[in-house]
Amino acid sequence: MIIRQFAALFKARTMEFVRDRGTFYWNLLFPVILVLGMAFAFSGSDEKLYKIGVVGSPDASVRILGMEQMHVIHYDQAGDALEKLARHQIDFLLDFDKREFAVNEESNKGRFLRELFTAQQSAVGGTGLLTVEAFDERAVSGKATRYVDWLVPGVIGMNMMFSSLFGVGYVLVRYRKNGVLKRLKATPVHALNFVSAQAASRLVIVLLTSVFVFSGTNLLLHFVMRGSYLNLLLLTAMGILCMISLGLVFASRMRSEELAGGLLNIVTFPMLALSGVFFSLEGSPAILRTISRAFPLTHFIEAARKIMLDGAGLAQIAPNLFFLGGLTVIFLILSSALFRWE
Amino acid sequence: MTDILRVENLSKYYGSVKAVDNVSFAIPEGICFGLLGPNGAGKTTTIEIMEGITAPNAGRVLFRGTPIGADFKKKVGIQFQTTALPEFITVKETLELFSAFYANPRPMDEVIRLCSLEDILQRDNQKLSGGQKQRMLLALAIIPKPEVVFLDEPTTGLDPQARRNFWDLIGRIKAEKTTVILTTHYMDEAQLLCEQVAIMDQGKIMEIDTPDALLAKHFDGVLISLPYDGCCSDALSGFDGLVMHDDSIELQTTTLDTSLKKLLAAHVDLEGLSIHKPNLEDLFIKLTGSSLRT
Repeated sequence: MIIRQFAALFKARTMEFVRDRGTFYWNLLFPVILVLGMAFAFSGSDEKLYKIGVVGSPDASVRILGMEQMHVIHYDQAGDALEKLARHQIDFLLDFDKREFAVNEESNKGRFLRELFTAQQSAVGGTGLLTVEAFDERAVSGKATRYVDWLVPGVIGMNMMFSSLFGVGYVLVRYRKNGVLKRLKATPVHALNFVSAQAASRLVIVLLTSVFVFSGTNLLLHFVMRGSYLNLLLLTAMGILCMISLGLVFASRMRSEELAGGLLNIVTFPMLALSGVFFSLEGSPAILRTISRAFPLTHFIEAARKIMLDGAGLAQIAPNLFFLGGLTVIFLILSSALFRWE
Repeated sequence: MTDILRVENLSKYYGSVKAVDNVSFAIPEGICFGLLGPNGAGKTTTIEIMEGITAPNAGRVLFRGTPIGADFKKKVGIQFQTTALPEFITVKETLELFSAFYANPRPMDEVIRLCSLEDILQRDNQKLSGGQKQRMLLALAIIPKPEVVFLDEPTTGLDPQARRNFWDLIGRIKAEKTTVILTTHYMDEAQLLCEQVAIMDQGKIMEIDTPDALLAKHFDGVLISLPYDGCCSDALSGFDGLVMHDDSIELQTTTLDTSLKKLLAAHVDLEGLSIHKPNLEDLFIKLTGSSLRT
C-alpha cells in the first residue's frame, strides 16, 4: 500500500515537472549555455603575456622583442605610446629614436619587464649577472587544465543546488499555500511517504539533468576526466540528496512563497559566492575559507574536481562524502520533526 | 436510525475569538445534514473538526460511538472549500493518483459516471471551469467509497445551472445511502437537499431539526412582503406579526384574506406586494435578526 502510494505520488510529481515545458527546458538549457559560454569566453589558450610598445625602427640587439610571450605594438608618436603606458594598456615602451625605455611604476608587468631588459642589457655589456652557481633544467610536460574543465563541476553543482532547493522547497510551500497539502492530509497518505516521493522524484530529475548537462557539453568540450564516472555519479546523487533535504527543512512549515524564496536566496547566494563555483578560494582570507567548509556545495564541487582533475578515488573524497551524508541525515531529521501539512 | 456521527461539547478558539462555542449534535446515518450559517459563523471550523483535520480545544467527535482516529480518514470523503489540484496532470491522472491512496477504492468508471466527468477526463486540472472543478473535487471525495461525505460550501461561486447540476450529483450520492454533511449559505440548497439542518451563527447552533419542523415551529401561515418607504407606520402599527426591515415590511399571517382587507382599509399602498410560504431564508433572518452576511 505504502509503495503504491509512493509510486503514484512519484509519478504525478515527475509528470508535473516534465509537462511544465518552460521550467523543464530552462533546467536543461541554462547550465548548458552557461558552460558553453564560459568555455568560449575563456578559450584563448596561448595568449601573449606582455604588450610592448615600440617607437622607431627596432634594433636587432634587443632580444626580448623576439620572445614568443611578447606582443609588439608599433607607434609613430612617442606621446601616444606614453599615454597607453600610463593607462596600463601596454606594459613597456622602447623608443629607438631617443634610445630610451619607459615603464609605469604602478604596473607589476612593467617592473618585471624592466628587470628582464636591464639584465639583458648588462649581459650584452659583458658584466655578467650570473655569479651564483648554475641550476640544471628539468623538463615537465602536461596539458594545462583549462578553466572550463575546472568550471564544469561548479556549474553542475550550482544548477543542482537551485534545482533541488527550489524544486522541493518552493514547490512544497506552494502546495501548502494553495491547499494541495491539506487535501492530501485528508487522505490516508502518511506525510513521510508524501515527502519521500517528492524528494525521490526531484533526485531522479536533477540527476538526469546533471548527466545531460555534463554529457551534452562534454561532446563539444571534451573535459579532462581522470577519475571514475561511477564515482562522479555517486557523488552527484549524494550532493543532490543533501540539497533536497536542506530544501525540505525550509519547506517543512512555511506558507509564504515570498518568504521561502527570500530565505532560500539567503542560503544559495553565500554558497554561490563562497563554494568556488566560478573562482578558487585559494589565497582568500582564512575566515571565508572556514565558512565555505560548512556549505554542502563546497564539498560537492571540491570532490567533483578531485575526481575529474586529479583522478581521485572514493578514498580520497571520503571526507566530502561523509560530510554530505551526515548533513543529509541531520536535515532529514530536522525536516521531519518540523513538518506540518498546513 | 442510528447516529453515524455525534459531536459532543465542541469548542475551538482562535486567540480570543470563539469560532465554535460548545456545540453538540448528532447525525443519523444515511441522511443529508445541512450546516447553515453566514460567513464566519463557524461552519467550516466545525466541519473540519468533524473531519479530523482540525483539533478542537474541547469536546470530541464520535464515529459510530467511538472517538475518531487515524482510521477515520479511510472511511470519509472530504471536499474542502478551496483546494488547488496538482498542476499539469489531467483529471483522469488525478483520479488515478487519489485511487492509489486507498486500499479498496471505488472503480474508476463508477466515479466518472457518478460525477459526470466523461467529457473532461483528458483535461489539465488547471483548465477546469468552476463547476468542473467542483465535480472533480467531489469525485476525489467519493473515491474511498466513504460512509460519510463532507462537502464544505460546494456550490459557492457557481452559476445557477452549475449549482443545479451539482445538486443532481449530491442526489446520486445520497441515493447510495451515503451520509452527506453539507455546509452552505444557500438556504434553497439546504431546503432541497437536506433532511436535517442546523442553523449556526457566531459559533453556536441556534436551531436543529428537519426543515419542515423548523418552519412549522417558527412560522404560522404565509408571509406578506411589502416595499417600505417610511410611510404609513401609524397605519401599520396595529398589525400583529409585523416585522419591519430597512426597506420592506414582512407580515406573517394565517388569515391571508382578512390581512389583505385590513391593509386595504388602512390605505397601505399594495404596489410591489408579494405573498410566499416561509422558507429557511426567512427562518434564518428571523433567528439571526439580519439577512445573510455573505
